[in-house]
Formats: sequence, C-alpha cells, structure tokens
Amino acid sequence: MSTSSSYLPPGLPAPVPARDGLDAPYWEAASQHRLVAQRCRSCRRWQWGPEWLCHRCHSFEVAFEAPPGPAVIYSWERPWHPVHPVLATHGPYIVALVELPEADGIRMVGNLVGDPTVAVSVGAEVVPHFEDHLDDDPPFTLVHWRFA
Amino acid sequence: MERTIRGRASIAGIGETTYYHRGESPDPEFVLVVKAVLDACADAGIEPHEVDGFASYSNDRNTGARLAAALDLPELRFCNMFWGGGGGGAAGAVTNAAMAVACGLADCVVAYRGLAQGQFGRFGQGGRSSTISGEYAYTVPYGVMSPAQVYAMRTTRLMHEHGIDRSTLRAVALACYHHAQNNPRAVMCGRPLDEATYDEARWIVEPFRLYDCCLENDGAAAMIVVSPERARELAKPTVVVLGAAEGSPRRAGATVHNQPDYATSSFKDSARRMYDMAGLKPRDVDVVQSYENFTGGVVMSLIEHGLCTYEDANDVLTFDNLVAPDGRLPLNTSGGNLAECYMHGLGLHLEGVRQLRGESTNPVPGAEVCLVNAGPMVENASTILYGTEATL
Repeated sequence: MSTSSSYLPPGLPAPVPARDGLDAPYWEAASQHRLVAQRCRSCRRWQWGPEWLCHRCHSFEVAFEAPPGPAVIYSWERPWHPVHPVLATHGPYIVALVELPEADGIRMVGNLVGDPTVAVSVGAEVVPHFEDHLDDDPPFTLVHWRFA
Repeated sequence: MERTIRGRASIAGIGETTYYHRGESPDPEFVLVVKAVLDACADAGIEPHEVDGFASYSNDRNTGARLAAALDLPELRFCNMFWGGGGGGAAGAVTNAAMAVACGLADCVVAYRGLAQGQFGRFGQGGRSSTISGEYAYTVPYGVMSPAQVYAMRTTRLMHEHGIDRSTLRAVALACYHHAQNNPRAVMCGRPLDEATYDEARWIVEPFRLYDCCLENDGAAAMIVVSPERARELAKPTVVVLGAAEGSPRRAGATVHNQPDYATSSFKDSARRMYDMAGLKPRDVDVVQSYENFTGGVVMSLIEHGLCTYEDANDVLTFDNLVAPDGRLPLNTSGGNLAECYMHGLGLHLEGVRQLRGESTNPVPGAEVCLVNAGPMVENASTILYGTEATL
C-alpha cells in the first residue's frame, strides 16, 4: 500500500525507533508486516508498551515475539476536531484500542481502517492491517486494524 | 508522632489574575504569575517578603527561584515541582506546600500555576514535528495527539463497563456553566448553556462534544499556605487542610494505554487515604470542586471519591443535584475548568477556599468541608479536603 492510499493524510509525525534502541525490533517487524510485542524470556509473560525489563519478574531478558490469539476492540474514539494542519479538511477517523486477551491482555492503538462513520462496538474482533509509507524519509509502516 | 498534615497547614490567601481567552493575555506568563502571587499576599494581608517557598506542577515554566529573585525574597526555603504533565498536580502542589509548612521546612509557601497559551502554544493542538519516537510513536501517527483524544477512550470504556449515560456527562457541563453565570471572573459568564445547545454542539472526539471539554485560557492563580497559628493572626477566616493524597494506581504510567484499570480517574486508592487522614467519610463533604479536563473524568472522580456509585451515578449526578445552593452535591461552584477558566485546576482550589470563607458567588449554606481534586485519568493525580476551623 502506498502513501497516497493511507488512512490519514500524509504529513503527520512519522514514527521512528527510539534513539535508546528500546523498540527498534517492533518497527523492523512492522516493516516486514509482522506484529510483535514484548515477551519475557524468563516468566514468558507478555507486556506492552515497550519496557527495558519485565514489569512482573524484573528480568531484563525481554524479546519481541508474535503475540497469540485474537484481537478485540477494548475501547475506541472518533476524532472530528482537527488538531493538526493536515487533518484540517479530513473529517472524522476512528482510533481503536485493541486488546489481545491471550497475550496477557496487552493493548495496542491504531486506526480502524474502512468507513470512518461506521458504528463500532467494544468486543468486536479485528486483525492487523499494515500500511507502508515507503516513499517517506525515513520509510515506516503503521500497524492499523480492520474488522476480522 | 502521628503521620498526618491534618490541621497542620492553613490557606492564608488566594490570588489570581483576570482570566483571559487563550492568547489574549496582555501580560507575559511570568508577569501573570507574579501578579497572582502579589494578589494572594494582599488577600492574606501579608508582606510578599514573608513568602519563603514555592510549589507548582506540570513543569510550570516560571520557577520558584526566578520568582524569589524577582520579588527579592530574603530566603527561598522550599522550591518544589510535582511530577506529571497534566493538571494532576494542582492539589499536589498545595499538599506539598502544606507538607513543607507542617514539617517545618518553610513558613509561607505559595502554590501557583501560570499559563499563557498565546505565548507558548496551545494544549489543544498536536505537535508539529516531522518525526516522533518513544511512547508517542504508538499513538500520534494514528491521530491521537490532543488531551481530548488521549482521554476519550477511557470515557468510552467507562460508559461501556458501567452504563454511564450521556445525560450524566451533560449534567456536569450544565452545572459548571450554570455556576459560571453568577461568577463575574468566569470567562463564560454571560454565556449560559442549555440541554439543546449541549446536545447539538459539534463533536470534538466521540464521546466528547464541545461542552464536555475544558477551556484553554491565559492567566495565573496562587494560594498561600502557612501554619494554622499564623493563619489565625490574619484577617480572613481560617481554612485548614484536613486530608490529602497524591499518586496513581498500579502501572498508571504504562504506555500505549496499558494501565491495567483503564476506565479510572486514578482516585480509587488515594481518595480512601485522603478520607482516612481527615477522619471523614464521603457523606461529610458539603461541596466538591472536581477537576474537569473532560466530563467523563469528573463522573469517574465523583464515583471513586465515594460520592455516588457506578450503579446510581445516572440518578445522582443530575443538574438539580449538582447546583448550589440546594443540590445534594454542589459541583464546581465557580464554573470550574469548563466555564470559569482553565487555570490548570488551581482555580478550583481558590473556589474551595471561597466556599469555606463564605465568599463564593454560588455559596453553599453552612459549608464546612470542601473536596477539591486534580487531574482525573492522568498518570499522577492528587486530591485534598479543606475544612473550616470548626472542623478540627
């Protein structure tokens, strides 16, 4: 998918890996259209967002792996009022807070692609939707969601 | 020795500038803060040189050291910043000032906040950088940038989990605007709000319409904290700190909306600690000033402070119950952040003091205990109970 068909118009701040190196594997995986989250090598539990250590067992051996199971909408919002110039004439869009119940209930944020006026219900199942911005400098890939 | 600040610190003075629409202050932010501090000193009836400490929050740009230099204070004994980027530190700044006084670090500490959004940029707009990294890389590129966009999903979840009605959010907004009509300081004085106007207002971000959201303003507010003994020497009626608590629940600072208890104002634990310190119960609260970033956060706060329950919130939080003088739970009697001024919540504390002095423009008859909280849903929040001298 090219930038011209992106869900939100081009020109919003582009994500880049943190300079401290914490989350580079996430963005690398996204560019390969793989969804990953953090999993502790010691206690094998999942966590998100990225941390330097497992918040449960305090092991610093934390890897990025593909989380199991379904993804469901935990909450959502529909912004209308533009707070950035590139959104000034865009109209509403949907943000989904997605829960992965089988990955210790970690949550991820993305846009719910498709009709921005659709009725959204908590609990609906969704799947990742990768949106490449390969012509940008630096290139990046966003991880959206769409109804399963 | 009992570990408490109950009855060990008093509010001697309150001060504020004119409250302006955002970008309309004729003064730079630093000047606004100095004027509010001097106004608070005048209200207290003390010489500015008596001030020996400052406490603020949200990384206020006007540091205590600069204020002390500008005012040529003989000595700065306490200079304090409450962590947390939102308005969650308003009660915390007052509490930290009270702790300094109670513990003998300083004698006269000013809690303050100043904002000139025309000079420094708006809260309600996203950043303009070309790239973003760290935790915000997981939200900003998806159009989650303004505070309303950051906190709307918590309210969606509150409404889903607990069946909170839109009419309950509306009652909060209507009560604030109602009170602002009697308050000449209020930016929205002369601009009443009715149900139809609320219902027909444009969406900001579902589930928030325009009037669910706080204002953006310029101005400054300040509050002077001294020992109860010093306060009794001054002209104004004494207002004491009865109980206070700060902090946040487990992993409130988890990024990308991963706080385990999501649809919370963050007051479930701290409100209990505050009541315990005060030796009071929710039923003892006569009037409440509850920080409105957004109406949904107020509903969470009132529930988590025990003033109603998830089950009866839709029945208890009605316009009639929320307005002075006769409501069961008079709320935000100055108009609050929604309709008086968004002074990052410190204005709510000034109004709490006014209620207990009998100076409010929407007085609650016989009010002895006022609850004032700060910053629902933010990663670090604070809450405080003020009382009249008679409550000690």
